[in-house]
Amino acid sequence: MSTNATTIENLASERQPWTETVHEWVTTVDHKRLGILYILYALSYLVIAGIEALIIRVQLMHGHNNFVSPQVFNRMFTMHGTTMIFFVAMPILFGFANYLVPLMIGARDMAFPRLNAFSFWLTAIGGFLLYFSFLGGSGLYGAGNAPDVGWWSYAPLPARAFSPGHSSDYWTVALLVSGFGSIGTAINILATILCMRCRGMHLGRMPLLVWLNLVMSGMVLIAVTPLTAAQAMLLIDRYLGGHFFDTQAGGSATLWMHFFWIFGHPEVYILILPAFAFVSEIVPVFSRKPIFGYPVMVGATVFIGFVSMSVWAHHMFTIGMNSYANSFFTITSMAVGIPTGIKIFNWIGTMWGGRIQFKAPMLFCLGFLLQFLIAGLTGIMLASSPFDWQLGNSYFVVAHFHYVIVGGILFALFAAFYYWYPKMTGRMLSERIGRLHFWLFLAGFHLTFDVMHIPGILGMPRRIYTYEPTRGWDTLNLIVTIGAFIQAVAILVFVCNLIVSYFRGAKAGNDPWDAWTLEWSTSSPPPAYNFASIPVVASRRPLWDLKHPEDPDSRYE
Amino acid sequence: MWQRHKTTNRRARNTLALLYCFTTLASAATSGVPLSSTNIFAPASTPAKTIFGLSLFVLGVALLIFVVVAGLLVYSAVKFRRRETDPNREPPQVYGSTQIELAWTVIPVLIVAVLFLATARVIHAIQDAPRPAATVDVTVIGHQFWWEFRYPKLGIVTANELHIPSSDPGHPTPTFLKLLSADTDHSFWVPELAGKTDLIPNRVNEMWLDPARPGIYLGQCAQYCGTQHAKMLLRVSVDRPADFAAWVSIQQQAAVRDPAASAGKRVFETTACINCHAVSGTAASGRFGPDLTHLMSRSTLASGAAENTPGNLRLWIQNPDAIKPGSLMPAMKLSDADLDAVTAYLETLR
Repeated sequence: MSTNATTIENLASERQPWTETVHEWVTTVDHKRLGILYILYALSYLVIAGIEALIIRVQLMHGHNNFVSPQVFNRMFTMHGTTMIFFVAMPILFGFANYLVPLMIGARDMAFPRLNAFSFWLTAIGGFLLYFSFLGGSGLYGAGNAPDVGWWSYAPLPARAFSPGHSSDYWTVALLVSGFGSIGTAINILATILCMRCRGMHLGRMPLLVWLNLVMSGMVLIAVTPLTAAQAMLLIDRYLGGHFFDTQAGGSATLWMHFFWIFGHPEVYILILPAFAFVSEIVPVFSRKPIFGYPVMVGATVFIGFVSMSVWAHHMFTIGMNSYANSFFTITSMAVGIPTGIKIFNWIGTMWGGRIQFKAPMLFCLGFLLQFLIAGLTGIMLASSPFDWQLGNSYFVVAHFHYVIVGGILFALFAAFYYWYPKMTGRMLSERIGRLHFWLFLAGFHLTFDVMHIPGILGMPRRIYTYEPTRGWDTLNLIVTIGAFIQAVAILVFVCNLIVSYFRGAKAGNDPWDAWTLEWSTSSPPPAYNFASIPVVASRRPLWDLKHPEDPDSRYE
Repeated sequence: MWQRHKTTNRRARNTLALLYCFTTLASAATSGVPLSSTNIFAPASTPAKTIFGLSLFVLGVALLIFVVVAGLLVYSAVKFRRRETDPNREPPQVYGSTQIELAWTVIPVLIVAVLFLATARVIHAIQDAPRPAATVDVTVIGHQFWWEFRYPKLGIVTANELHIPSSDPGHPTPTFLKLLSADTDHSFWVPELAGKTDLIPNRVNEMWLDPARPGIYLGQCAQYCGTQHAKMLLRVSVDRPADFAAWVSIQQQAAVRDPAASAGKRVFETTACINCHAVSGTAASGRFGPDLTHLMSRSTLASGAAENTPGNLRLWIQNPDAIKPGSLMPAMKLSDADLDAVTAYLETLR
C-alpha cells in the first residue's frame, strides 16, 4: 500500500516553475493543502496579533505610561482579540481538522472539496478585510482607523452615534464573511465524518479526534449562525435605519449581548474540543496505552456540546439579571466542570500504568493538562455568579481565559505541531529546539498569566489603557510584561524550528511515533489521494492490530 | 447541612488566609506603596463581605481539587515514565474501568451540587435583600466618561464623587443605587463595597451598599465604554451621618454668587460652557456635562483624572486632552484673560 504511494509521489515531484507551484496552491481543492494553507494563514496572524499583545503589554508596564495613545491602545486590544479568535484559533483548528479527519477515517478527501476551498478563501478574505481597516477604516475622509469597540463590540458602542467612520463596518463585515467560511467548513467536516468513513469504521471505532471534531462542527453550525445574524442586524442598524441595537431609538443593548454570547460561549468549546482532540490522540501514543474509557470520553464530549449551549449568560452576570437567571446560569456553567473533569481523569487514567515517553508532543500535553486544570478551577470561581460580580471584567478574567486559550489550546496545538509535522512535511521537528521552546514558553506563560490574576483581585479592570500608579498594580504589570516578551522569544524559537526542520530535519518515515491511527499507514507527506487502496478497519486502533496480530484490539471491542 | 457548611467555610478560611496574605503581601512589598484600596478581599460593606465569604469557600474547594488532581497527574507522570530497565514490549493495554469512571463522575457531581447551593444562597441574600424603611436613594447615570449622581429625595445633583452615609449595623441605613446610562454601557465597581453592576441604556439596574466604616473608597468603570474608559474613575466618600447631613445641606444650596468673579461668570455664560454644564441659580443649565454648582466641594476633576487644583482646572478648560485625551469636553480656545477669569469664577463655586 505505502510502497505503491511513494512511487507515484516521486513521479509527480519534478521541478516546475514557482508560478506553477503558487497556482497549484491557490487553486487547490486537496484537503491536505487547504489544511496547510489554513495553518500557515493562522500562524502569520498569530505573529501579527502577538505583536499587538506586546504593544498592549508595553503600554501597561507601569501606571500613566505614554507608549501609545488611548485610541491606539483601544484598537490594539480590539484587533488582538478579534484576530486571535477568528483568524488564528478558528482557522488553525480547522486546518488540523481538514488535514487529519479524512486521513483518520480512511477517506481520500473531504466530502465537498470545492466548498472546502471556498470556505478557506472566505476566511482569508475576512482577515484581509479586518486588517484593511488600518488603511481604509475612515473611508475617504482621512487616515486609517482600525476597529476600537472591543472584540465583543457591545451595543450601542458600534452604533453610528458612537462609532463614526467605517472601522466598525470592517469589523462587522470581516466577521460576517469569515462566519460563512466557518459554517461551510463545519458542514463539510460533518458530511465527511458521517458519510466518508472507510469500511469497518462505525461511529464507535472513530478515533477520538474525529469524534471531537464532529461535535465541534455541530456546535459551529449552531453557534456561528446567531453571530452572523447579529452582524447582519448591526449592518441594518448602521445603514438601513434599523433599531435592533440602537438604544437611542428604543433598541436593546442586552439583545446584542445575548446574540454575541450565545455564539461567544460555545465558541470557547468550539476551540477547546479540537485541543482535547489532539491530547486524546497524543497522550495514548506516548503512554503506549489505548485511551482510558473511550465511550465515556465520547459521552462527555457530547454532553459538553449540549451544556455549552445553555451557559452563555454567565458572561452577563453583571447586567442585572434577576436572581433566578443568575442561579440558572451558575448551575449550567458549573455543570460543564463535570464532563471536563471526567476527561482530565481519563487522560490521567491513560497515563496510569503506561510507559510515558517525554518527547516534545507529550511535554506540551502535560503542560496542557496542568494548565487546563487550573483554568477550569478559576472557571468554577467565575461561574459562581456573586464571585463574578467582583472578578468579571477584571484582569482575573483576562488571566482566566488566557489560561484556557494559551495554557490549554495553544499548548495542545504545539503538541499537535510536534506530533503531526512529520506527517505533513516528511521531516521531524528538532527535538532539542522543541525542548527549548517548551521550557521557554512554559516559563513565559506562567510569569505572565499566573501573575495576571492578582491585579484583577486588586480591582484592576480590563481594557484600560492606563491606570493610577497609586493603586499598587505597577510591579505586577511589569512582571506580566516581561513574561509576555519571554513568550514572544519562545514563539520565535518555534517558528525557527518549523523553518529549519523543513529543510534539515531528520526524515520521518511513515510512522515515526509507532502510532495506531490510519494517517500513519500512508507515506509522509501522504499522496494527493491519501491511500492507494481504501483501508478496512476492525478496531479503534487499526495499526495496533497490524503490529500485534497476536493480540489485536478487535478481540476486545 | 448548615452546620457542616459553616465548618468547611471556616476551614477554608484558614487555608486561604495564607494564600490571601501571600497575594497581598507580595503586591505591597514589591510595589512599595500602601495596599491597594480596591482589593476585593478587603470588603467593607455587606454585599462585598458576603461575596468574600463565598469566595473563600469556592477558592478553598478549588484549591483542594487542584491539590488532588495535580498530585495524581504529577504522580502518574513520574511513576510511569519510561525507564532504561523497562522490558522492550508494550505495557498492559487497559481500556477502562466502569467502577473507577463512575466514581470520578459522581464525585464532581456532588462537588458541583454543594458549590451551587452555597452560591445560590449568596445570590439570594444580595439580590433579594429586603429594603429597610430608611434608605438613601441615588440615581447613578453613566456618561462617556464620567458619573452623574442624583439624589431625588434630597434634590441634589453632583458628579464623580458619590457621598453616602455610613450605615450603623444596628440601625442600617443602606444606600440603594438606581443605575442608568445616558449613552453606552458602563459598570459601577467599587470593589471594597460591592460587586459590579452594569449601567445599560434603556434599562434600570439596582444595587445597594451599607459600609459601616467612614472613608474614601475607590473604584472605576468596569465595562469598556469608549476612548477614555480608563479614566472614568469613581470615588465613594462614606461620611459619618452628621458629616453627610452637613454635605447635603451645602449641596442643596444654590451656587455661591461672588461679585469679584462676575467677569468670569459672564465669560462662562456667554460661551459654549453652558451648553453642557449647569450651575444652579444661574443661566447655565446644560445637562451633557457634570453639574458645576458645587465644583469646589469635589477633590478631583475629570472623573478622578486629576486633582482639583486651580492649575489643573485652568489646564482642563484650556485643553482637556492634556489631562484626558479623547474626553468629550472640547478645548474652549479662550484668551488667557478669559481663561483666568473663568477659572477664578469656577473657583468660587464651593
